[in-house]
Amino acid sequence: MKLDSKIPGGPIQEKWDARKFETKLVNPANKRKYKVLVVGSGLAGASAAASLAELGYQVECFCFQDSPRRAHSIAAQGGINAAKNYRNDGDSVWRLFYDTVKGGDFRAREANVYRLAQLSVNIIDQAVAQGVPFARDYGGLLDNRSFGGAQVSRTFYARGQTGQQLLLGAYAALSRQIGLGAVKMFPRTEMLDVVVVDGHAKGIVVRDLVTGEIRSHAGDAVVLATGGYGNVFYLSTNAKGCNVTATWRAYKRGAGFANPCYTQIHPTCIPVSGDHQSKLTLMSESLRNDGRVWVSKKQGDKRKPADIPDAERDYYLERKYPSFGNLAPRDIASRAAKQVCDEGRGIGDTGLGVYLDFRDSIQRLGKDAIAARYGNLFHMYAKITAEDPYSQPMRIFPAVHYTMGGLWVDYDLMSTIPGLFVLGEANFSDHGANRLGASALMQGLADGYFVIPYTIAGYLAGQKAGAVKPDHPQFGKVAGEVAAMTKRFLSINGKRTVDDFHKALGRIMWGKCGMARNEKGLGEALREIPALREEFWKDVKVLGGDLSLNQSLEKAGRVADFLEFGELLCRDALERRESCGGHFREEWQDDGEARRDDENFCHAAVWEYAGEGKAPVRNVEPLEFENVHLAVRSYK
Amino acid sequence: MSWLFDFWRSSIGGKVTMAVTGVLLFGFVVAHLLGNLQLLAGPDAINAYAKWLHDRGALLWVARGGLLVVFLLHVATAVRLSRANKQARPVPYASEATVQATFASRSMVFSGLTLLVFVVYHLLHFTFGVTNPGDFARKGNGAGGFDVHAMVTHSFSVPAIAVVYAAAQIVLFLHLRHGLRSFAQTLGLCHRRYTPIVERLATVLAALIAAGNAFLALSVLAGIVKVAQ
Amino acid sequence: MKVTLHIWRQSKKSTKADFAQDGKMVAYELEHVSADMSFLEMLDVLNEQLTKKGEDPVAFDHDCREGVCGSCGVVIDGVPHGPERGTTTCQLHMRSFRDGASIYVEPWRAAAFPVLKDLVVDRSAFDRVVQSGAFVSVNTGAPQDANAIPVPKADADRAFDAATCIGCGACVAACKNASAMLFVGAKVSHFLHLPQGRVEREQRARRLVAAMDAEGFGNCTNQYECEAVCPKEIPVRVIAEMNREFVRSKLVEEPPSTKRVGGDG
Repeated sequence: MKLDSKIPGGPIQEKWDARKFETKLVNPANKRKYKVLVVGSGLAGASAAASLAELGYQVECFCFQDSPRRAHSIAAQGGINAAKNYRNDGDSVWRLFYDTVKGGDFRAREANVYRLAQLSVNIIDQAVAQGVPFARDYGGLLDNRSFGGAQVSRTFYARGQTGQQLLLGAYAALSRQIGLGAVKMFPRTEMLDVVVVDGHAKGIVVRDLVTGEIRSHAGDAVVLATGGYGNVFYLSTNAKGCNVTATWRAYKRGAGFANPCYTQIHPTCIPVSGDHQSKLTLMSESLRNDGRVWVSKKQGDKRKPADIPDAERDYYLERKYPSFGNLAPRDIASRAAKQVCDEGRGIGDTGLGVYLDFRDSIQRLGKDAIAARYGNLFHMYAKITAEDPYSQPMRIFPAVHYTMGGLWVDYDLMSTIPGLFVLGEANFSDHGANRLGASALMQGLADGYFVIPYTIAGYLAGQKAGAVKPDHPQFGKVAGEVAAMTKRFLSINGKRTVDDFHKALGRIMWGKCGMARNEKGLGEALREIPALREEFWKDVKVLGGDLSLNQSLEKAGRVADFLEFGELLCRDALERRESCGGHFREEWQDDGEARRDDENFCHAAVWEYAGEGKAPVRNVEPLEFENVHLAVRSYK
Repeated sequence: MSWLFDFWRSSIGGKVTMAVTGVLLFGFVVAHLLGNLQLLAGPDAINAYAKWLHDRGALLWVARGGLLVVFLLHVATAVRLSRANKQARPVPYASEATVQATFASRSMVFSGLTLLVFVVYHLLHFTFGVTNPGDFARKGNGAGGFDVHAMVTHSFSVPAIAVVYAAAQIVLFLHLRHGLRSFAQTLGLCHRRYTPIVERLATVLAALIAAGNAFLALSVLAGIVKVAQ
Repeated sequence: MKVTLHIWRQSKKSTKADFAQDGKMVAYELEHVSADMSFLEMLDVLNEQLTKKGEDPVAFDHDCREGVCGSCGVVIDGVPHGPERGTTTCQLHMRSFRDGASIYVEPWRAAAFPVLKDLVVDRSAFDRVVQSGAFVSVNTGAPQDANAIPVPKADADRAFDAATCIGCGACVAACKNASAMLFVGAKVSHFLHLPQGRVEREQRARRLVAAMDAEGFGNCTNQYECEAVCPKEIPVRVIAEMNREFVRSKLVEEPPSTKRVGGDG
């Protein structure tokens, strides 16, 4: 597998300008001859579909939800970073770039991160022009707050619903293009395979989730913006529908999958309440601006939090990381929580939790000020737990939240399959081994609004428009394979439900490839997952038919892919013999702090599919750090 | 004028028509009550008032025509909107529930239809003299040489008639209460401070009108107004 | 706890507006329900049991399960999203019901929202309304700096209050007339209070109302059931604002000019 990152030459500040200039353009009259298929309608997909349609391309956009507005970007709470320096607190593009590279534990591509920091500024302008109602101060200007891993206030927010407001902005832009006839929208439609013709991605095969019809769509380029794979753990903060299918099927058609082991465990989620739990709910990182994290200094302390005097509390983040305190980055805060729980100091019935306490802020600022900042989050917490966070501390615990790994892309966001572009969480590019808070929204929108509209032209300019039609034999072949798989699920008629298998997979993943990983556990996981997969194909029970709305069937397809993908994730975790960011190998640590091995692992691991039953091939893209020097990441 | 018809045909145009015609009808009801209150001032006052009205000639017919148009527009729009509403929600829930809607708001169609029947009866009774021709034909110094005072007092001395009139006022109260509240909302007049005041005022005004009318209807039976000899 | 569920079961998409005959209410007994379960998790448990018995599981829309995507929503005992105010179905917990309760679960009922299966309805009418004009007509590009136009905090907050709409459709389901005016009003209000949105206010009001009417939603009779069930507690003030904007837009609307405009310039 050839991995050419196609990073432009020149100083890092000028690379993006250089690329924009050297990229070929498609003449406006020709643009309408090209059709681009955009899969996914979250921040990256919706912004890409809208922007490409505005330029004049024919666009078809697909999402499995009933409306493009429901993609899971909508659930992002805290905010979006931008190097505007409106606070005059020393922020700059360079500082955002630096923070993101460091936050990613030096496992991201420098040039991509720099471009992201540059574009961050435009995103805010664009969103405001669309009518996104960001929080404002009394002078009418935009407000900012701080987020983990940064010492400046550069996070723009819309109460605790920033993702919602940004997505609705992108959805509005997309809707406008749909109304104008420039985008054809296919909701309740799931992509089930990529069609590669002569080495180029020229279409997709989808299933209409209402009628069950398997359909082919041909295009001149395919853009995947299908999000992350956090649901391989079963319990995560992702939406129930989030899945790896699109990127996994692309991988099986030849796209390299990079760094699947980089998964982000978010430190502040509501703890699990029982076996019935179907998903985990995040409590925004922004809460750590005013909330203090603590556990008792004593093991097994069953006292009520209010009865534990200050002297017997361990504000462990403030103790361990005095300069960042409660705003330590996510991977570090999560690991610290795990550590105190492992020591037997966790709180609640399960001992798997820590307190996030607003007592001091409420005393300092008043209840109203806290309600104005976090009202909806407190409300949500109270709904779920039936506890009042104004009068007693929140109980929180880490949970799977985001996946930094994804399909490998070059600087132009093109995967190893020419014509197949990958945006947002679905790609691997910008966050390295750990994503800083408020950077996911930034990346999704940067990719969709400002990167793909330029870079796709460079590819399309070399392609003959409409060269492949849906009647090409390759479409028939792929559609046949998809239909056969669908039929196979329905024919097994075993004893266990799809959810049952998914939960079993989640238990393996979380137990052996979760917050801490080791050689032994990963080895076990690599034996257990294939066994589970085999059982799935023997004993799964999927009722109903294929030509109707069948939610069990939808789930079956997604879980089948997770059962394959989970193995790759564990394999990647096993092979990366170092600790970095969200990937913590117990063998490589300094007293609980991750120990990187830059000598041997300063690279992206890119997995190449070798065929059914064959071990995938591990390729590497070496990472070079010319502007931010490799250093031990310290937040002390 | 097609734009005006288009406006009427739109959902909000229909609402605005209801609100504007509704408030005009409310104005009529107020004037109607104020005029009728002269019943309390004795036979001469009410008869003089009736005669004055009658002597307006063409102006009276214009007013009557206008009122009829407003009334018909109110009814026709209500019929159109109600039908559209029924079509929009063709299937009921197996388990129906109401969270905060007032009884008045939920019974507008019922109260409206009841009032329509009542108005027809009222016209047949006092305007066309169909239902109680005996009372209607009494001569006097009122409008057109009739004795309005006698006609009203004789009718209201019959308990059944007085009770029907009074009962209609309960329906009128419900209809006006929701109608007046909705008027401001439909025309987009809303304000955190004033809207609650408007809503309270709507209840008070509706109650005053209904109470005033009911009082007149029952005044003869109560012995406050004497039956004309 | 133990509950008896009465659930609307329908196997095929409704083809005509009057779809009362397309399905029926079916009763299910469910034991060992935990008070900490969300309503949807309770349905998950039911579906697991049904599947094991070989019965078709109940189809219902859901995705984020944290109250923001707007996918979920069923009518519970006659009230969309159930008995708790300001709560989506996914955030409703079984502790809101008593042990032994009989619970009626039905899909949104509106001619504009045909049932696709069981509790799943087609809400694409909402998308089409948005496509008609609930946006600011700006292309992606390089607009002016975000702070170039200050927006009074009170205005930004009002816009935000309307913009929190999750498009779940509970307002339509609750309305005795299946009116979408809370939804559409929220779109009007969101853009009305921002200078960026005011540029197209007349056109937006006209188009949104026309699109709403074309979808076959009913009319508002000011009963405010929509407000009572809105999981984001959007106030009916937004309907008043839409009414005002629509009337205003109609009053200021001029007939199209017959003069030739522009030229080759």
